[in-house]
Amino acid sequence: MASISTIIFNIFIFLSVYVQVFFLITFFENRKQIIIRDDKTKLLFYPEVTVIVPCWNEETTIERTVNSLLELNYPQDKLKILVIDDGSTDNTWSKIQSFEKHANVRVFHKENGGKHTALNLGLEHTTTPFVGCLDADSVADSESLARIMSYFESKPETMAVAPSIIVSNTKNFIQKAQRVEYYMSVYIKKMLGFMGAIHVTPGPLTVFRKKVFDDLGPYHHAHNTEDMEIAYRMQINHYQIDQANDAYIYTNTPATVKKLHKQRVRWIYGFINNTIDYRNVILKKKYGNFSIFTLPTGILAIFASSFLFGKALYAFGEFIYKKITEINTVGIQIPDHLAKIDPFFINTQSFLLFVTILLYSLVILSIILGRKMFKGKWEFSLDLLYFFIIYSVIAPFWLLSAVYNTAVSKKPSWR
Amino acid sequence: MNPEPIDWKKYLIVFLFTLGLFATASFVSNYFSNKKVDQLKSIQDKIAIDILSSETQFTLLSELSCKNVSESSVLSGELGELGRKLEWGQQNLGKSEEVTYLRKYYSLLQIKDYLLMKKISTRCGGKSAFILYFYTTAENCSECEKEGLVLSTLRDKYPELRVYSFDYSTDLSAVKAMLDIYKIEDTKLPALVIDEDVFTGFHPIEEVETKIKESFKLQEKNSIETENKE
Repeated sequence: MASISTIIFNIFIFLSVYVQVFFLITFFENRKQIIIRDDKTKLLFYPEVTVIVPCWNEETTIERTVNSLLELNYPQDKLKILVIDDGSTDNTWSKIQSFEKHANVRVFHKENGGKHTALNLGLEHTTTPFVGCLDADSVADSESLARIMSYFESKPETMAVAPSIIVSNTKNFIQKAQRVEYYMSVYIKKMLGFMGAIHVTPGPLTVFRKKVFDDLGPYHHAHNTEDMEIAYRMQINHYQIDQANDAYIYTNTPATVKKLHKQRVRWIYGFINNTIDYRNVILKKKYGNFSIFTLPTGILAIFASSFLFGKALYAFGEFIYKKITEINTVGIQIPDHLAKIDPFFINTQSFLLFVTILLYSLVILSIILGRKMFKGKWEFSLDLLYFFIIYSVIAPFWLLSAVYNTAVSKKPSWR
Repeated sequence: MNPEPIDWKKYLIVFLFTLGLFATASFVSNYFSNKKVDQLKSIQDKIAIDILSSETQFTLLSELSCKNVSESSVLSGELGELGRKLEWGQQNLGKSEEVTYLRKYYSLLQIKDYLLMKKISTRCGGKSAFILYFYTTAENCSECEKEGLVLSTLRDKYPELRVYSFDYSTDLSAVKAMLDIYKIEDTKLPALVIDEDVFTGFHPIEEVETKIKESFKLQEKNSIETENKE
């Protein structure tokens, strides 16, 4: 009889495959609606947009970020840029001040109070019908804003549009692994967009109708993931969020395992705690796919990864124990039958193997589809390998850290 | 703003699709599993024929020369290899009934090989040592696992050593007869029979090695005596 652990394992794999198949079917249903533009985007009407750039100790990147906004293919008289220094302790403030010469840029300095306070200060000074936020570590592609705005133009009921976030400057394999992950995110976001189930409106240039904040209130602290909480709030109020797959925002990603770990602990901690805060909306059909699909999928991911990690750890422990027993009993042996490996002993028949291959194939497919949703070509590269290594070996640690932090109520820091 | 209605049909379709994928995976895995069981069966059949042939040859030629018999007898290496595959099969194939059946058959082949080789060895001499090894899989027996490691190591070291291993819980009268003969009790497993002496519990590698070395000499001595008599 199958052990309980095998049954749980199979249920988790089944649900994970289910989620991937759901995305794939959504893709086939909607693939004709996915547009990838490569030329200058023209709008019938250019509404006024405010972009808030909150920053805290970003002296190295802030200029590039603001310059990318000034170079947008969008009438500068329709674009207002609010750069807000949230009590930086480095040279950020002096760098920001140099932008005051531009008519459409306003700069603010305030005491450090967290990203949401900087954003809310920006919102207070926003008078335009559209407002976006651009993280100071990201750079907007010149076409990004126009393409984002085209979604509002074609669908008046759209209340927010998120861009495709692309990893720039990959210097090492940790960043290359993230690049692959971001491809997959583009695909997943787009599919969630079709399902009306996006759960995060990321800091790198999501544009909202100002009405969202007028109706639902400003940003909250939200466990340092204010960009997730506002999406939750929008979803439960049935405010539509779309994703513009061909609006590119280039972002810097953590270059070390330690920094990546910190970022992900913050994200997952945010997901767990926002979901706990909004637990009453889980599996309620009146909140749509967001409540029936997105939130349960996120919860499943946390449970399944923790379980798989535990299982892998147990198997590893068992292997080590066996090896130690073997060495204690008969000393170190060089097995001579390893020299000629009998194909009989290769596990070509295991059900587990086939479902795992199935799941990995679906994940690879989602990466390829994500990559194809923006300009350029998909090429097989070692990045894919880095992705699988990093995310299967290290991801469980940040996941468990986030769960642990939630359990002991320890709040993760930004950096 | 109105919520978009949930497309329950899609949830169902995705479920059926996923179920289909799982069924396919299960079918493919089953197919390969069966292939492996067939592979085991064919190896076993080959060995059965070899043993039967050796037995027949031995009966035919026993009055004449020992030379032909010992050269053509089944090599225990093959039998040992089959044992390893069966054990692996039981852990990995998930075809417990079929593999259990094959293991029963394997036990029988081992007994036949043991009896035959003993006869050949007594009559014709040759450097052979036999160990009968009784263990259990019915309960968690860590000492059995350790003893198993000791025996595989020794078998690698001494190619002439023939280890016949029997699962205490095998439901086969021939195996039960062996258990009766050597008075093996399930509370005293693992148990080794070396030269008709029964050793119960775990015995470290050095101890077993000393014993088989004695056993080698004993048999060499016996065979010299037999030759002298002839």
